[in-house]
Amino acid sequence: MELKGSEIIIKCLEKEGVDVIFGIPGGSVIPLFDKLYSSKVRVILTRHEQGAAHMADGYARASGKVGVCVATSGPGATNLTTGIATAYMDSVPLVAITGQVATHLVGNDAFQEADTTGITRPITKQNYLVTDVRELQDTIAKAFLLARTGRPGPVLIDIPVNIQNETCKFDPHKKNIEIRGYKPTLKGHPKQIRNACDLMLQAKKPILYAGGGIIISDASKELKKLAEKLNVPVTLTLMGIGAFPGDHKLFVGMPGMHGTQTANYAIQNSDLIIAVGVRFDDRVTGRLDKFAPHAKIIHIDIDPTSISKNVSAHIPIVGDCKVVLNQILECLKNKKIEANKTKDWLKKLDEIRKQKPLTYRKDSLLRPQFVVETLYNLTQGKNVIITTEVGQNQMWAEQFFVYREPRTFLTSGGLGTMGYGFPAAIGAKVARPDREVIDIAGDGSFQMNIQELATAKVNGIKVIVLILNNRYLGMVRQWQELFYGKRYSSVFLGDLKAREYWPDFKKVAESYGLIGLRVEKKKDVEPAIKEALKAKETCVIDFRIHEEENVSPMVPGGASLDQILELA
Amino acid sequence: MKHTISALVENRPGVLAKISGLFSARGFNISSLTVGETEVPDVSRMTIVVTGDDRTLEQVVKQLNKLPDVLKVIDFKNEEFIERDLLLIKVSATKETRREIFEVANVFRANVVDISLDSCTLELTGKETKIQAFVKILEPYGIKEMVRAGIVALARGKK
Ligand SMILES: Cc1ncc(C[n+]2csc(CCOP(=O)(O)OP(=O)(O)O)c2C)c(N)n1
Ligand SMILES: [Mg+2]
Repeated sequence: MELKGSEIIIKCLEKEGVDVIFGIPGGSVIPLFDKLYSSKVRVILTRHEQGAAHMADGYARASGKVGVCVATSGPGATNLTTGIATAYMDSVPLVAITGQVATHLVGNDAFQEADTTGITRPITKQNYLVTDVRELQDTIAKAFLLARTGRPGPVLIDIPVNIQNETCKFDPHKKNIEIRGYKPTLKGHPKQIRNACDLMLQAKKPILYAGGGIIISDASKELKKLAEKLNVPVTLTLMGIGAFPGDHKLFVGMPGMHGTQTANYAIQNSDLIIAVGVRFDDRVTGRLDKFAPHAKIIHIDIDPTSISKNVSAHIPIVGDCKVVLNQILECLKNKKIEANKTKDWLKKLDEIRKQKPLTYRKDSLLRPQFVVETLYNLTQGKNVIITTEVGQNQMWAEQFFVYREPRTFLTSGGLGTMGYGFPAAIGAKVARPDREVIDIAGDGSFQMNIQELATAKVNGIKVIVLILNNRYLGMVRQWQELFYGKRYSSVFLGDLKAREYWPDFKKVAESYGLIGLRVEKKKDVEPAIKEALKAKETCVIDFRIHEEENVSPMVPGGASLDQILELA
Repeated sequence: MKHTISALVENRPGVLAKISGLFSARGFNISSLTVGETEVPDVSRMTIVVTGDDRTLEQVVKQLNKLPDVLKVIDFKNEEFIERDLLLIKVSATKETRREIFEVANVFRANVVDISLDSCTLELTGKETKIQAFVKILEPYGIKEMVRAGIVALARGKK
């Protein structure tokens, strides 16, 4: 079958099961968009390419499928980069297709030319510049294979405009492609598995430290089985939230900078850390040389470079979390497990949980934690997906809502991208129209992709945006308050003279033909959220919260996990 | 510590940039990097000499292996190998000193590849230490220009 490059792209997308793509056209992708016009693939036109990348990301995180975004050459491609880097840091399967100037112009500083593969090299798992239409089919197949397997990540395909117009043979029955330099290890080394099991059976103060790898490999069931079998407490990283039920008696919360007292105590005093699908990020470990001084470490991850990068592992196990956890469960099958071994340890952790819970002042002020809690009480966390922006809002969304299932908490963990949450919510809603998708937002972050309100409106995509509006770049203000003597440098988002709020988010929502609400009093929180839940259209609620609320507890940057400030 | 690593990589545009970019982004210190063709037309061999401790080396090897364009990484730490560098060096040489310089070249088994009225250019292949010794001996005559090709290495014995 002889096809044009642009048709081959569509055929390949269909073959990969892509039902929707997010993007904006431009000079060098007009041929592709021309074919999209008459294809079954749904195209969601966004208002900014960054929005498109985050939507594809939100779609991918909510569904487990590969998200796809498209942009034109030059500025279109550079606008995608923040979204691509966000997906890269959080191991999200994404395929980004960019147009490029015609092959004979590449390298000539042509109109709207940017070295897209050069720019995205360090933020993609792999990228390709297609210089021959005959390579197009295989390249797209490789891109999808790389994006979704192993440690997933974004892959970019840069396709010059003339390649989209040239024709070549397309083989609809081509069998699966292989990449000779790419063979992720899925199964753990049997000897290491045995050694790990031995350590697990001996430990008196073990802790399971699990992360995004569990969600990616769909290993929540296995994680729960292991925790319950060994009676081991579980802590989840920001990326792992939802991988283990947040209301389970073995759950101790999140570790690290804004983690719970219990989780940080557990790590610092444990004799064994069973790390699964995590990478010992500095926001988790705090000061490295003081991290978990008494613990042996078993580290399970599909990416060998994550193991012994920051913290050296006593037992490194390279493999897929689900596969390895099953190997471990199998190995433990015939072993005698003393369920009482961890009893004292769990009791101690329970005490700390009771003495030092996550909390906030319950007075008459409208505090952000109360908003998040009310959202939880109204939904019971059922049938919802929460996305977040970055900053204080992100931490409150994690702390005061209970997540029980994977893929229900979508947040930019690694890159910490303000402006992620709203477009990600739109993408998540496209993937899961059966769910209520709610962006817990900050006033600063929301303004970074606020233009996507139009995308939500025009495409009839209903999400809810709860703005925890402190009129500050709150997280930065918190650092300035605590560590820079309250010198609030460039963090106030209001009008310094008139002390007014800009913009009026209610009016902004309304100007897009959507629902805008404003809440200033505690008593109005519940009715407003109820209204938003009932609404058929996207609804933005501007919660004018107490402005100088801090996220608590806090381990200052570079301090050890024992040095916890209580700020509530 | 210096370590020699060899990587078999896809011979296609952009791969060298991927690898050098990886090294700079992760702060690995390269003291030499060479790329050349191999017995397989679409595979190139990169020989990389890095400075760093064992931990750095471990990360370098893992990070290289992670790239889909890298087919195989050989860490010569655990293997016997042969390594060679190539030196071209232009030394000031007058009628009086030329003879002496040729003698030095002879001892080192270097070749004289060019001569002019006031200089001569020598070519030497060898291990790093040999090249360093050679350069040191020639220094007093006045080195006008020199270039090293970078280290290439192969494991000893059967493949
Ligand atoms: C794109 C981007 N720019 C800057 C930052 C640095 N930063 C981290 S949190 C934060 C403040 C966020 O303000 P807001 O969205 O209002 O959230 P709040 O902390 O007030 O809840 C800033 C500026 C960032 N994370 N991302
Ligand atoms: Mg704010």
